[in-house]
Amino acid sequence: MILPLLLVLLLLGVWQAYTELASVEPLILPSPVEIGRSLWEDRTLLLDNLGVTATEVGLGVLCALATGVGAAIVLHRVQVLRRATYPLLIGTQAVPVVTLAPLLVFWLGFGLAPKLAIITLVCFFPVAVTTLDALDRTDPDQLKLMRTLGATRRQAFWWAQMPAALPAALSGARISVAIAVIGAVLAEDSGSNAGLGHLLRQSTGQLETARGYAAVVVLAAFAITLFYTLVLVERRLLPWTQRPGGPS
Amino acid sequence: MHDLTVEVAPGEVVVLVGPSGCGKTTLLEVLCGLVEPDSGTVVADPAVLMPQRDLLLPWLTALDNAALAPRFAGADREAARDRARPLFARFGLAGFEDARPDELSGGMRQRVAFLRTLLSGKPVLCLDEPFAALDAFTREELRSWLASALAQEPRTVVLVTHDVEEAAVLADRVLVLSPRPARVTAEIPVTTSRPRGVTDPAVVAARAAVLEAMR
Repeated sequence: MILPLLLVLLLLGVWQAYTELASVEPLILPSPVEIGRSLWEDRTLLLDNLGVTATEVGLGVLCALATGVGAAIVLHRVQVLRRATYPLLIGTQAVPVVTLAPLLVFWLGFGLAPKLAIITLVCFFPVAVTTLDALDRTDPDQLKLMRTLGATRRQAFWWAQMPAALPAALSGARISVAIAVIGAVLAEDSGSNAGLGHLLRQSTGQLETARGYAAVVVLAAFAITLFYTLVLVERRLLPWTQRPGGPS
Repeated sequence: MHDLTVEVAPGEVVVLVGPSGCGKTTLLEVLCGLVEPDSGTVVADPAVLMPQRDLLLPWLTALDNAALAPRFAGADREAARDRARPLFARFGLAGFEDARPDELSGGMRQRVAFLRTLLSGKPVLCLDEPFAALDAFTREELRSWLASALAQEPRTVVLVTHDVEEAAVLADRVLVLSPRPARVTAEIPVTTSRPRGVTDPAVVAARAAVLEAMR
């Protein structure tokens, strides 16, 4: 905890020195002090918009977790479907969100729905792939044991295979937190009247660069918080995965 | 494996001793119906495998791990636990019912794994080097534990090991297997009653006979 903080302070110092010594226009790059001032002065505005974005990202990651795990289960059990759709799945990941966002807004409106759709779309893949991988890598001896104890294929899956794959699903969700935040910003950019992405776009337009940077700081802090919340959730729900040297 | 015939009488404890890689594990898996033999047949009552590793599910308590087979057979959670609980008390695991596998020592885990095997209700137990992963002291302790457990709950047992002493202490009959292709090269009956000490004359004699046959 101390080390990352020291590193951030050092970087901020270099940044502040650079803006002052090189006399960079605050419109191009505001100094940390100015960003700090905006964080304080615009705190209500930032918090209100954070509420909107946090809801989008939180629900979006949950949706991605549900659909990703669901898809992994189906693709694991129905190999034909897997062979048919896997390349397409990868393909969907290559479609830039900016292309889809206006279409989704056109279909689903300006509310929460298109944001959820976009975040689910970008986060679904890491969850599905890590879960599917974990399901494939089930210890064959474990499955033999289940069979010798009289388990049906379905019982072996739900009792032994799926619980073993859950940590992987949560790692997938953790990985997807960062892209979920980017997805939310892009989604708000293509049509919305609230959220940190919206505020970012608006501040840039109004030449309030410091406020835009303040929005980015809040976004980053939120992503870090969400990431570690998921670590805590994993420890709480899946205590057997705790081992020394894990994520801290 | 080639031309290998193993006959086991009901209630008998047969121990297969052989070098690593001669196919002992595969033989057990064939007996338990987990692997189809390339040729040959198995004529036996249903058999259950206790693999080398305990493979306890880390997300279940010791009691729930032991009670897996009844659950798979359709019993609800409480009914399955009620079947496992008396065994915990009888076989030295009282107080560990709610422990998670990672809170148990290697010896304890192996005991839970054995109870899980017993609770499958199948008449034939196939034990694949059940004590191989344990330290010498725990192995000794579990060996006599298993002997007394089998005295209380007689089953037909096929146990595979490369520990000659273990074979002499536990077996009614020791079969010595040759390296690939595996065949039975010697059959050594051990007739004293269990539990036996390592220093019982019959055990010492059987051990010598097995070692001789393995040469």
